Amino acid sequence: MKNGVGVSQNIVLFGGTSDIGQAIVERLVVPGTASLVLASRNIEAAVPFGERVADRFDDLDVHHISFNAADAAAMSHVVDEVVRESGDIDIAVVAQGVLAEGVDHFANQETMIEVANVNFTATMALLYSLANVMRRQGYGKIVLLSSVAGERVRKQNPAYGASKAGIDGFALALDHDLEGTGVSILVVRPGFVQTKMTAGMEKVPFSTTAGKVADVAVKGIASDKKVVWAPGLLQWMFLILKNLPLTVWRKLPI
Amino acid sequence: MTSQRLSGWGRTAWTYAETTAPNSVEEIRASAAALPQRGVIARGLGRSYGAAAQNAGGVVLMMADGALAQGIALDEGTGLLTASAGVSLDDILKYSVPRGFFVPVTPGTRFVTVGGAIGSDIHGKNHHFDGSFGQHVVSMDLMLSSGEIITLTPESDPSRFWATIGGMGLTGVVLTATIKMLRIESSKVVVETERLKDFDAVCAAMSSDGDDASYRYSVAWVDLVATGSSLGRGVLTRGDHASRSQDTSPQPLDYDPKVRLSAPGWAPNGLLNKLSIKAFNEAWYRKAPSKRHVGLESIPAFFHPLDGVRKWNHLYGKQGFIQYQFIVPLSETETLRKVIETFAGAGVASFLAVLKRMGAQNPAPMSFPTEGWTLTLDMAAGISGLPELLAKIDGMVLDAGGRHYLAKDSHVGPHAVRRGYPRLDEWMQIRDQMDPQGLWRSDLARRLKLVES
Repeated sequence: MKNGVGVSQNIVLFGGTSDIGQAIVERLVVPGTASLVLASRNIEAAVPFGERVADRFDDLDVHHISFNAADAAAMSHVVDEVVRESGDIDIAVVAQGVLAEGVDHFANQETMIEVANVNFTATMALLYSLANVMRRQGYGKIVLLSSVAGERVRKQNPAYGASKAGIDGFALALDHDLEGTGVSILVVRPGFVQTKMTAGMEKVPFSTTAGKVADVAVKGIASDKKVVWAPGLLQWMFLILKNLPLTVWRKLPI
Repeated sequence: MTSQRLSGWGRTAWTYAETTAPNSVEEIRASAAALPQRGVIARGLGRSYGAAAQNAGGVVLMMADGALAQGIALDEGTGLLTASAGVSLDDILKYSVPRGFFVPVTPGTRFVTVGGAIGSDIHGKNHHFDGSFGQHVVSMDLMLSSGEIITLTPESDPSRFWATIGGMGLTGVVLTATIKMLRIESSKVVVETERLKDFDAVCAAMSSDGDDASYRYSVAWVDLVATGSSLGRGVLTRGDHASRSQDTSPQPLDYDPKVRLSAPGWAPNGLLNKLSIKAFNEAWYRKAPSKRHVGLESIPAFFHPLDGVRKWNHLYGKQGFIQYQFIVPLSETETLRKVIETFAGAGVASFLAVLKRMGAQNPAPMSFPTEGWTLTLDMAAGISGLPELLAKIDGMVLDAGGRHYLAKDSHVGPHAVRRGYPRLDEWMQIRDQMDPQGLWRSDLARRLKLVES
């Protein structure tokens, strides 16, 4: 659980190599945090980050577990493993995701299925598994990295946008269902973020950094928000974009 | 059972638990026998500041709410009072003061239960003189996790008795206790008030080679907002119960505790900010007479000033607040000064800070008081950088051989309690014998890793 000064004792990051996930965790781990679990597809890649955090805090235990982010059926076992490592889970940052930008899904549907599995199906199973454990704990916070791409799905990357739209809606409804249990979900909707995931892509207006998204997310956790946008201005832009008539939307160069 | 959101008095770290207000001993036994997955803890009036009386996802016995929270019997010949665990010191005082008896130990609030007083081994302004609450418990009935009820006295079963004193409710559920009361002739207290210009003056006045030992009650309020040469200035109040000759009123044992004000439920987060706290501290200091002054004060005015404002804990707004209380050995006044300087330097404003010199330690392994200085201060929980600041100060306290008071604590980790309480392992062994299945659990116990989650 959190202590009296808002410090989460046990933190888990799903997607241990995610730039935004790591930036959030870096801000959440402070004196008083007891354990950090990094769940990654490739443990090796997450080890340097784990070491960096562990070096800063004497009393912090860092654990690594490997998981297949596309395997929905395994998610409840993954969560059980986290509980074995750390005890109760105070904050779970769910950051695994696949972008698959520029892939021709007409030619290759495998990538599309992977996007749906990682971003939607397995994440949905993970959220349910986490919520189930946290409900029994009587408290807990899940932070889901969604995307503005789910607000109105663009033809440039329909699989990604649709998967984010799906998981975003699912998380909000699950949070609603969890009312009165002490468990809540924060949905984080970043715009274009300069990270490993978007390396090589052309920058777009209102692009931001992992650090800035993490700042917004951590503020949202502290104030118990349901949804946060990064940058905040996107909330109002998308209010307009979402409500544009289809004919206008399709003419936009985005 | 109802699902209820609970926190301590500081209104931080809220969690949900199934709560039930037991109306009989049988109902407590049934709650234990059900072996809920996340365990059971007893809760009194929720005055511990942190997570001592909450149990996320488990069961919380609301000892002060059910029919069991009644029953006071006083033997006026011996001064022995027997009360149910859910009975508050407020209830006891209303009954006992007009009959010429005072509780042997009271903390800064009378809204604590007998069970809570035992679990936290509470202390008051008379610790240097009378010790802590547990030292006045003659016997108590405790329900173990097996459902068995045992009667514990310090003579017949010292190890289980003292493991329960200060045991934070983790050895069993206290059902009733018999306490040796203090005989009084008046409900007034003769109080000497003295303004002291800086921290050195406060320490000197309270030192054991000073005249502190000749007063039953002694405590100093210190201003932690004042800086420079005024750092740690304070107001020392000392006194004892008035004798019949000092209180010549026709009804010297009249006792009328009234709650006069209620803090607004809507208090904004910034209400108690640095400026308002500074102004309050200045006024509090100036309000005290500059020369030593002797006067008669009522029990509520002297012992329980904050009880006059109902729900004063709401003044910090939704963010809540923490109370930081630690003790360091008598020789560590420099550590004390450094702690005060560090808080003041970080701009942490404390509404009320209290310094007290404590007397000798009792045999309870988890009892907080040891011979030394205890400083108590509170602060808004939402201050940025607070975890880092407290970690630094925790280190200073522990390095000086000090420790934290678990009834107040809302942030320390497993390492801090192990360093601060060297007899923790001994206590855990006795506790494990008393509760082999690990039924009694609280959020505090989880954070400190005193139990499995």
